[in-house]
Amino acid sequence: MKLILMMVISFMAFLSIFPETCIGHAFPDHSDPNVGATIASCPERVRIWFDGALEPAFSSIMVHNTEGKMVDKRDGRVNPSDPTLLEVSVPQLPAGSYHVFWNVLARDGHRTMGDYTFVIK
Amino acid sequence: MGNCAGENLRRNRLSIAIISGFALVCTLAIPFSAWAHGFAGKRFFPTTFKVEDPFVSDEFSILFSNLKEPDAKTTEISIDYSKRIIPNLGISIGESYLHQEFAEGGSASGFGNLELGAKYQFLTSAEHEALFSLGVSAEIGGTGASRVGAESFSVISPTFYFGKGFGDLPESLKFLRPFAITGVIAPNFPTRNSNVTFNADTGENDIERNPTTLTWGFTLQYSLMYLQSFVKDIGLGAPFNRMILVTEFPMETCLSADCKGKITGTVNPGILWIAKYIELGLAAQIPINDRSGKSVGILGLFHLFIDDLFPKSIGAPIFH
Repeated sequence: MKLILMMVISFMAFLSIFPETCIGHAFPDHSDPNVGATIASCPERVRIWFDGALEPAFSSIMVHNTEGKMVDKRDGRVNPSDPTLLEVSVPQLPAGSYHVFWNVLARDGHRTMGDYTFVIK
Repeated sequence: MGNCAGENLRRNRLSIAIISGFALVCTLAIPFSAWAHGFAGKRFFPTTFKVEDPFVSDEFSILFSNLKEPDAKTTEISIDYSKRIIPNLGISIGESYLHQEFAEGGSASGFGNLELGAKYQFLTSAEHEALFSLGVSAEIGGTGASRVGAESFSVISPTFYFGKGFGDLPESLKFLRPFAITGVIAPNFPTRNSNVTFNADTGENDIERNPTTLTWGFTLQYSLMYLQSFVKDIGLGAPFNRMILVTEFPMETCLSADCKGKITGTVNPGILWIAKYIELGLAAQIPINDRSGKSVGILGLFHLFIDDLFPKSIGAPIFH
């Protein structure tokens, strides 16, 4: 039992000393609006920060409404001064649910994709 | 007429040359792109402890296991290396070192039999977060130490693997979307039906039948990574935002000989933590019956993503 306890404590201690920046294969770290969030007013942009640098030419982001129509300003890009930030501008959107789709290529050549929703009240 | 036909031919050749040249430039300009190990769409399937992965990848694992079995307390360190030949076809080699403390007294140490395998991932559905593979593995008889139970005969195991994420559940069940299952089914055929040994006490031969068995097992996973990234950001910080909660059910049913119909196995609840180049895991091993073990054991996993560490050399498929 002592061995098991020691291994659990050692494992958790090992994990806690790892800096967050070394984690992931271009997985999303956080976003604005947050994944699954309900917000009071329309944001100017939808932004996703990843845990690794992205290849700008092969990374994309789109925002759709509930009818599946693209509602962003079609200027999705990797931020030139922050290669971990994928962003797209949106017009003044009415209340409703919106679906963000992203597809990125990390600098190590691995592709990841995903989507999430947010709601404007 | 002949001049016109010749002119058209020259134009066609020029068009083909321009299109071919453009295609070549585009191809060379695109950086090497690949889906990382264990992905089906946005679903990441981690490597688990005892139940083998359903996907093909370049990886290296070290698994530590400690369990008090009916006859002996066994501590085992297993290593496994997998290499992709083409993106969907890989081979693997595995070896283990065992230390056993026998219930009757005394102990023994030594290597188990060498294990070789091949796996083909024949279907991947990004939309349904599903993947399926077929493979065959062989435990090569006589390559390990008989004092730790390595058999003198080989065992051949054709295997079916599957993985399925629940990301396609409806919005009303969105908090169940981070769930996934993986599993494996494999009959194990010994290359020799029985072992015959001379019993000096009776002066007769003892015959021990080597049973055919069925390995079957599955894992149930809940990915906190998936929850944070695709369902709802609940504010988890490191290291919890990179964890996958997993419970394994590795089982084996004896199909012939004296043990026919008997099941052995463990239930292994644990956690996995996924980093850029490595994966770490820790789990308990809870025997399902007396034949499987006498107390709770432990599993520890250290795993390297070779395809991320060396994406353009030894981590890439040989042919792609």
